[in-house]
Amino acid sequence: MNHTQDTPCSSAKHQKVLLMGTCLCDAFYADAAKATVEILEHLGVEVIFPIDQTCCGQPAFNSGDWKSSRKVARHAADVFAGKLPIIVPSGSCAAMHRHGNPLQFEKEDDLPVIEDMGRRTFELTDFIVNELGITSWPGKLDAKIAFHHSCHTRGTGTRAAATTLLNAIDGVQLVEYGQKEQCCGFGGTFCVTFPNISGKMGTLKLDNLLDDQPDFLVSADLSCMMHLGGLAEKQNRPITYRHVAQILLASLKGVTP
Amino acid sequence: MPSHQLIDTYAAEISAEKQASVMGGTSSGTEKRYNVLFNDYPDPDAIRKVAAQIKQHTLDHLDTYLAQAEEQLTANGANVHFAETDQDARETVLNILQQHGVKRLTKSKSMASEEIHLNPYLVKNGIECLESDLGEFIIQLDDDVPSHIVKPIIHKNRREIANTFLKEGIAQDYNDDPETITRRARTHLREKYFQAEAGITGGNFVSAESGRMVLVTNEGNARFGMAPPPVHIALIGIEKLVPRDQDLGVLLNLLGRSATGQQLTVYTQFINGPRSAQQPSGPEHMHVVFMDNGRSDILASNCKEILRCIRCSACQNVCPIYRQSSGHAYRATYGGPVGAVLSPLLAGDKFPELADLPKASTLCGACREVCPVDIPIPDLLLRLRDRAKQEKIKSPGALPMAPFAELATSPKLWRTTMTMSKAMNHLPLHVAPIKPMQAWLGQRTLPRSTGGDFRKWLKKRQD
Ligand code: SF4
Repeated sequence: MNHTQDTPCSSAKHQKVLLMGTCLCDAFYADAAKATVEILEHLGVEVIFPIDQTCCGQPAFNSGDWKSSRKVARHAADVFAGKLPIIVPSGSCAAMHRHGNPLQFEKEDDLPVIEDMGRRTFELTDFIVNELGITSWPGKLDAKIAFHHSCHTRGTGTRAAATTLLNAIDGVQLVEYGQKEQCCGFGGTFCVTFPNISGKMGTLKLDNLLDDQPDFLVSADLSCMMHLGGLAEKQNRPITYRHVAQILLASLKGVTP
Repeated sequence: MPSHQLIDTYAAEISAEKQASVMGGTSSGTEKRYNVLFNDYPDPDAIRKVAAQIKQHTLDHLDTYLAQAEEQLTANGANVHFAETDQDARETVLNILQQHGVKRLTKSKSMASEEIHLNPYLVKNGIECLESDLGEFIIQLDDDVPSHIVKPIIHKNRREIANTFLKEGIAQDYNDDPETITRRARTHLREKYFQAEAGITGGNFVSAESGRMVLVTNEGNARFGMAPPPVHIALIGIEKLVPRDQDLGVLLNLLGRSATGQQLTVYTQFINGPRSAQQPSGPEHMHVVFMDNGRSDILASNCKEILRCIRCSACQNVCPIYRQSSGHAYRATYGGPVGAVLSPLLAGDKFPELADLPKASTLCGACREVCPVDIPIPDLLLRLRDRAKQEKIKSPGALPMAPFAELATSPKLWRTTMTMSKAMNHLPLHVAPIKPMQAWLGQRTLPRSTGGDFRKWLKKRQD
């Protein structure tokens, strides 16, 4: 696929976007990716999914194997070449493109290409609210939701954006909980190289998140959800978790997410 | 090779009591910091950025400011020494003490002195060396090591301390009331102050413009320790400089708030030099030992921002890994996020021994968010991970990433693998002899694979 002749994002603001589906959605969360496509289309955005995409390279990057992660990042830069915005239903992959990549390409010749890809990458809700300027959501869903602030959305537009959209849904009640700044303990490969600490952190996080007995645990990052949901199930306190896109879509359709 | 990292093993084995102490102390520290900062300032982040600029600017011109500070301090009547290595620093201090015939001294809390293990060295050389900070005093009694930059005994509870006092004869009966503990320590220490022939302190800041040095404490022990003896030695890392006195306004306002949630520490001393003719008391001799001990190397590395650190401990308090494992798990003077960067760097040639520290992080960024000098700690951790990989240092449990990169750059193979991952739904994964899989499943369940479904769905819609 060649996107180089596509409309630059400055003019005809964001009528077309490239979807970065994430490796997690590829492997485990097809419904979250589908929901992402459907809500973007609902907003009148044309979604293009470059089929040669794989992963953002974060596992290798966080492990310190930058030679490997740069290779993956270069592949992504090829796949997502052009001028279109890149939308990703994950705060963590967005952070990789925007922040992690420039760090690991500091001394590389192709830094400008990588930086350009970073500038074009947006986490889904950040894009909807801060780029498309949408702050209302005409859906309805009677549900108590605990929204988990994933760490990679720290200091980004996502936190306010996602809660703005969720709050806009008629019937949604966002629960307050303690120690919001604390990480859930996933941390990529951390969760298997530091399994004890990871488990303890996740348990604490769950204690806080589930304190008010929400109907759903929701986040802009499914990696945290996979860890927390798996932990909760193992501890016999299962909780239904969803990506924020799934909540937005279900509220539009009037179905249970 | 073990499959888990050392710090994780430490966290698995830590006593419930110790962990509760650490969790309690750090959580309350984080909360107090947040409340006071956000109560006092409309935008604390803006101040952090200014503080970061002041410290970074100082580091970028450290040669100039060090020379200026030396000149000013000398003009103020102090003797200035430079120590390149930890050994140099220890010897310099010992020489000064010997010159003045000092046999006993008191010492206020100083991370620099912990870093070079000054106490045992002085004791070995026949000098009685008493810690006057309550926490450090208890550490000394217990033959323990500090586990936190600001609260060295954050890992202990008052029952343990009361028992120590009883055992060491500081108290005649068991009493774990914090006020009683403090009073008893004071009574014991007061006598020692008057016997001391020198006082050793650290230094929080030195203004290059005036040579004015700043010391903050909450117990007043540094101040008291400097009153009776004729000699004051300040051991200070070369990165502690600030250009001007007015910069202290920004940094002191952040230090107390970030460290203990106080607007200002109870005692903030400004020391210009030795006692002047008009002053009724104070040391006649002041020696400032500027210690490098690896800092110049850090300055030349891609982690130089860590030298902005003002040792407030906010990053330790907020860090979930520190909270679960305690500072001792880091096996170095500095633990927690700051230590995970600084300790392996200060280790010099022994970097490989502490190369696991930068891995002890989910890169959650909470440390960066609270750091009063805005040190990009997660970025520095990543750079050190990259360095460890380049130096081929083995890392327990590490997954091989080259095959992953191979897969993630072969789109066809990737798609096939994703589709095939559905087979996992039918495999008895809990018995698979794959260590990372077992590490995952030990704590969690795995969601069902939907590999290939999304792409199929997309394709169907297009057809
Ligand atoms: S790194 Fe920052 S937060 Fe941590 S102790 Fe140093 S100044 Fe404080």
